Amino acid sequence: MKHKSITSTIRTPFNRLDIKNGRVELVHGSGGRASAQLIEMLFKTHFDNDLLAQNNDQALFAVDAGRLVMTTDSYVVSPLFFPGGDIGSLAVHGTVNDLAMGGAVPLYLSVAFILEEGLALKVLEKIVISMARAATEAGVKIITGDTKVVERGKGDGVYISSTGIGRVPSAVNFSGDQAQPGDAIILSGSLGDHGIAIMSHRENLQFETQIVSDSASLADLVACMIEVVPGIRCLRDPTRGGLATTLNELAQQSRVGMLIHENTLPIKPQVSAACELLGLDPLYVANEGKLVCICDPNDARKLLSVMRQHPLGQDASIIGRVLADEHAFVQMETLLGGYRMVDWLSGEQLPRIC
Amino acid sequence: MKYIDEFRQRDVAQALASEIKKTVRPDRFYRLMEFCGGHTHAIFRYGLPDLMPDNVEFIHGPGCPVCVLPSSCIDRAIERVQGYDAILCTYADMLRVPASGGSSLFKAKAAGADIRMVYSPFDALKISQDNPQRQVIFLAIGFETTTPPTAVVIKQAAAIKQPNFSVDCNHVLTPAALLAILTPADGQLNIDGFIGPSHVSTVIGSEPYEFFARTYKKPMVISGFEPLDVMQSILMLIHQINRETYCVENQYSRAVTPGGNRKAQALMAEVFTQTKSFEWRGLGHLPHSALQIRENFSAYDANLRFPVETAPASEVKSCRCPEIIRGIKKPHQCKLFGTSCTPENPLGACMVSSEGACAAYWSYGRFRDPRYKINTINEA
Amino acid sequence: MCLAMPVQVISVDVSADTAKVSLGGILKEVSLALVDDVSVGDYLLIHVGFALNKLDEDEATKTLETFAELARLHAME
Repeated sequence: MKHKSITSTIRTPFNRLDIKNGRVELVHGSGGRASAQLIEMLFKTHFDNDLLAQNNDQALFAVDAGRLVMTTDSYVVSPLFFPGGDIGSLAVHGTVNDLAMGGAVPLYLSVAFILEEGLALKVLEKIVISMARAATEAGVKIITGDTKVVERGKGDGVYISSTGIGRVPSAVNFSGDQAQPGDAIILSGSLGDHGIAIMSHRENLQFETQIVSDSASLADLVACMIEVVPGIRCLRDPTRGGLATTLNELAQQSRVGMLIHENTLPIKPQVSAACELLGLDPLYVANEGKLVCICDPNDARKLLSVMRQHPLGQDASIIGRVLADEHAFVQMETLLGGYRMVDWLSGEQLPRIC
Repeated sequence: MKYIDEFRQRDVAQALASEIKKTVRPDRFYRLMEFCGGHTHAIFRYGLPDLMPDNVEFIHGPGCPVCVLPSSCIDRAIERVQGYDAILCTYADMLRVPASGGSSLFKAKAAGADIRMVYSPFDALKISQDNPQRQVIFLAIGFETTTPPTAVVIKQAAAIKQPNFSVDCNHVLTPAALLAILTPADGQLNIDGFIGPSHVSTVIGSEPYEFFARTYKKPMVISGFEPLDVMQSILMLIHQINRETYCVENQYSRAVTPGGNRKAQALMAEVFTQTKSFEWRGLGHLPHSALQIRENFSAYDANLRFPVETAPASEVKSCRCPEIIRGIKKPHQCKLFGTSCTPENPLGACMVSSEGACAAYWSYGRFRDPRYKINTINEA
Repeated sequence: MCLAMPVQVISVDVSADTAKVSLGGILKEVSLALVDDVSVGDYLLIHVGFALNKLDEDEATKTLETFAELARLHAME
C-alpha cells in the first residue's frame, strides 16, 4: 500500500482540486504547490495540447518562413457571464479577431489571468471550459499562460489578458492606411448586439426574445473573403466604441473621408428598441463578431456575395464609400435623406463591456 | 417600433421638404426657434437643415434644462456631498457640466465624492432606503416634463417618512423662459415663429402658449419629437407666417391636449410652489421661473436640510452659452467652440448637455461649419 | 432629457400602480402615478420611469394618414 501511494504521488503530485466548493486563494498565485495544482487540474486539463504539455515557462514551436502578426488585448468585462458568451470566450474571440483583421491565420494564444481571491473555482472552470471550446472552434491553441491572484476587493472576479500570433499569407497586405477615395465600405452584419446584450443584463431589461452577444471568431469568414479578393485594402472589427469609432480610426489613418447610408445599416429590431430606451446611438454600441471591410469598388459585389454565404456574414451590407477629405470626417446620410456627422465617441457610452 | 418608425419615413420627409419649398416665399426669411433642446438634436441628428430651402433658418432656444442652470447649482451640489458626506443622485446629463474652477460632478466623483447616476427619482429614493445611515440627496432638474415624477417621489418619501432622503429642487418653468425670449432687453426679436416643446406640452397642455402667441403676435406650433413631426410643424409655421396669423397649433395631437395632464399638474401644485426669482444661465434672474418645495414637504428640501454658502458663479469668460441659449449666436460663432471647448473638455453647459446646441453642432453638424470649406458629400 | 417614448401596456398592477410595458419587444416597468384608466394594449408616453400620458391612437392615425396622402401626391409629381 505504501508503495502504491508513493507511485500515485509521483504520477500526480497534487491532490484533487475541490472545484465544486473551492475558491481561489492568494496561495494559488504564489507559484508554489497550490499554483501548480490549479494550473495542472484546471487550465492544463481543459486547454490540453502538445505545446502546453511541454510544461515549460515558454512554449517552443517552429513557424514556416513568412510574415507573422502578433496582437494583445485585455478583457475586463462585467458581468463575467452574459447572453451569448463570457469573459473567457470573449478573450479568445477578441484576440483571434485582431489577428484575422490582419489577414492572418490565427495559430497560438497565450493567456494571463488575474484572479480575485474568493472567486469560486466552479466559476473559473466554467470560464476555462468556454475558452477551450472557443479556441477549438477558432482553430487556435492556447500554449502558454500565467496566473496571479489579488486580494479580495482588488479585482472583479477575473481579468484576462491574451496575446495571439498568426501567419499572414503572402498575397495579403491589409492596413488601415490604404483606404482610397471611391473604395466601398462593407459591414458584415448587425450593429450593437454585444453592447446591448451586456447592457440589458446590467440594466435588468427583459426581452421577449433575448438579445445575444455576437462574440465569435471571424477567422474563417476572413479566410473565405481573402480567397476571392486577396487585395482587400483593410479589415477592422468594431468593438468598444462601435462602428463609428472604427470608421473614424480608418478615416484618420488613411486621411480620407467617408459617407455611409443609415438605411443600409443592418440592426436587429430589438437592438434598435433597446438603444431607443437606453438613449444610445447604435453606431457607438460595441460588437464582438463583426467586421468592416474596405475594398476596391469593383470587388464589392463579389465580396458581399461570399460573405452572405457564410453564417457570420448573412446580413452583410455595402454601407457606403470612401471620399476625399483632408478633415477625415465620417458623414452619414440619415434615414430621411439629410446628412449628419458620425463623430468620434465622447466620453464613455458603456462602462466595461469588453 | 410602433409610433416611432412611422414618423421617420423617407418618402414622407421628401414630400414635406417639397411642400415646404413650395410654400416659402422667395422674398423673405423664416427664422424659426425650436425652443426645446431635444428638437435641436432631432434637427441635427436627422440632417433636417439639408432638407430645408435656404431661407429657412433654425434658431436654437433655451429648452435645455441642463444648459440653463448656472454653475453655482453644481457648486452647491458638490459642497453638499463633500461637506455633509451625503450620497448625491443625479441624472447622467449633469455629470460633466462644468462648475466653478473647472470642477464638475464627474471630477468630484473621481476624487472620492459619492455621486451616483440614476435614471429615475425612484432610484434615488431606493438608494436612501438601502443606505439608512447615509443622507441621500436627489438633484432634481428639468422642465415640466420631469417635474411631476419628482413630485410623486417626494410625496412617497413623505408617506413612508424616509428620514434620510431629500431633494435639491432646480425645476424650471417653460412659460417664464419663453417670456424671456419674447422680451429681450434690447427689444430686438428676430424670430418669426416657435416650434413648441413636445413633452412639456404633454404635461402643461397647449393653452398656456395662447397668451404668448396673442400678446407677442408670433405663431407657435407644438411639435412631436420625431423628424416628420418637426417637418410638419415647420410647414404649419410657414403657412401662418405667410398668412400673418399668430395662433397656437398642436401638431403633436396624439400626445398633447389643450388642458394637458391635469393629474400631473395637480401633483406638481401640491408639492411645489413658484420661487420669487431664479437665476438662469444666459437669461439672468427671472421672476416666478422655477419651483421650490412647499412648506408642508420642507422636511425633504435639501436646501433647508443642508444649507451651503457658495461664491457667486463664475462662468468662463469667452463662453457664449448665454447668447446661444437666447438664439442670438450660433455655436460656431463662439471663439471657444471646437478649440478649447469640446465634448471631452466642455467649458460651457451647451457643449456637454445631451440637449445643448453646441453638442448637437459638434457631434452631428460640424462639417457644415463654413470654416472647413468642404463639400465632400457629392465627391468621389 | 425631455425625451419620452411611446410604449405599449402589456400588463397592469393596480395595487402597485405600475404597468409592464413593451417598446419593440423590450419590457420595462413604469409607474402609473401620473395617469388614470390604463388598460392592456394602450400606448403610453414614458419618461424617467413614469407614464406621462396616454397616446391618442386616433390622432396618431390621423397624422399618419396626412403623411401618407402627402407622400402619395408627391410621388405622382
